[in-house]
Amino acid sequence: MAAALKTGLTADCVDLDLDDDGNLLQIRPAFSGNIMAQIKTRTKPQMATVRYRVMKPLNRDPCRRGEVIVREAEVPEGTGIEILDKVEIMGVNISEADIIVAAGRGLKSPEDFKLLQELASLLGGVLGSSRPLVDSGWIGKEHQVGFSGNVVKPKVYMAFGISGAPQHLFGMRDSDIIIAVNKDPSAPIIGVSDYYVVGDLYEVIPPLINEIKRVKGLVK
Amino acid sequence: MNIIVLMKQVPEIEKVRFDPEKGRLDRSSAGATTNPFDLNALEAAVSMGPMKAEEMLRDAIARGADRAILLSDEMFAGADTLATAYTLSAAIKKIGSFDLVICGEKTVDGDTAQVGPEVAEFLNIPHVAFVEEILQVDSCSITVKARMERSSYIIRLSLPALITVTKDVNNPRLPTLRDKLRAMRTPITIWGYKDLAEVADPRYFGFEGSPTRVVKVYTPTAERRRGQMISGQPEEIAQKIVQVLLENKVL
Repeated sequence: MAAALKTGLTADCVDLDLDDDGNLLQIRPAFSGNIMAQIKTRTKPQMATVRYRVMKPLNRDPCRRGEVIVREAEVPEGTGIEILDKVEIMGVNISEADIIVAAGRGLKSPEDFKLLQELASLLGGVLGSSRPLVDSGWIGKEHQVGFSGNVVKPKVYMAFGISGAPQHLFGMRDSDIIIAVNKDPSAPIIGVSDYYVVGDLYEVIPPLINEIKRVKGLVK
Repeated sequence: MNIIVLMKQVPEIEKVRFDPEKGRLDRSSAGATTNPFDLNALEAAVSMGPMKAEEMLRDAIARGADRAILLSDEMFAGADTLATAYTLSAAIKKIGSFDLVICGEKTVDGDTAQVGPEVAEFLNIPHVAFVEEILQVDSCSITVKARMERSSYIIRLSLPALITVTKDVNNPRLPTLRDKLRAMRTPITIWGYKDLAEVADPRYFGFEGSPTRVVKVYTPTAERRRGQMISGQPEEIAQKIVQVLLENKVL
């Protein structure tokens, strides 16, 4: 549409504002979230897309009355595009998850995701992952959290062995509660966490699983 | 079949540094590399050769692109997505005959995923973005599987058309030494402002032709939280974490 209108389009904005002249100020990350850019458009209309889930939906206000304009749309023949089938994708939708149990390079083998899966299942959550493990094929891309994966805002984000590269922090830093477990006390993830443990995920998770089972009355 | 692949060189994202005082990237801090998605686009193009004997032999000799054109001119610099797409579409018009244009889904530096679809609009040809599988190609159409959010669509496009491809579409091959030697001998055409002015309006090239302006660049002030350390024996740590989960009513 922007090309047809010969106007600017700013993709994936994380914030929108108006300047003193009433023009749109478009704020978007660039270079994998390492920098932020403020962008203005010289042409009209000013067009922008906003990133999924970075803005909170407003509550429905039944008092508002707007004018509904009905136009008959004529779809031109011969667009050259024919949709033959639509297939729903099954599996996790990490963007909607309330609890995410995520692993990073601290994980030693893809088998060890089972340990995190047990913890996630007990909490009714889903598995998350930083990019290196997805790139190595240890877990599917639908689990990837970060700039090039999914942006998530769960109630609790548990980061095990994730150092916290900017591209990962971009995808999870708006979570309500962030709990980080990392061997390295200087890991950037600790700076964005509400609670942190300086330690080995392999020493923290098994007793945590036991304690959750105990509290849930699954074991004595 | 004539296939055009659009490619871009980007800084190595993991290594590039940002100079907060000057408000710009220090491009000398990192090497340059081919935008990774564009390798998938190229692979999709070279592995799609029609199975005619003559073509197949050519493909066996080449195993890569046949011709390369570099768009290079100071007048192209500072282009946003619209001006970039306009310039690329001008080059494609100058090439003339083509059946398919393939682009990577996005570049890792700009990350907008806009250029491919905008090129298609300027060329007035159908397009589909985020193609994860090419199902069938014949002389007048291409059928693809494209990913949009939580659905995949099977879509048939009449040719000429443009597709943008994701990393799932293939595994880019590694060139052999012979490929590299051949590539060294293959001349590269360079087209500048004057070459494209024959087929397009140069007012829409580069910075001057770009409707968007970056007015400010800054490093995001990472929101720091008052991290509270949990320490002790593993069992104590487990109890404290469970306490946090209980307090926040997720357990």
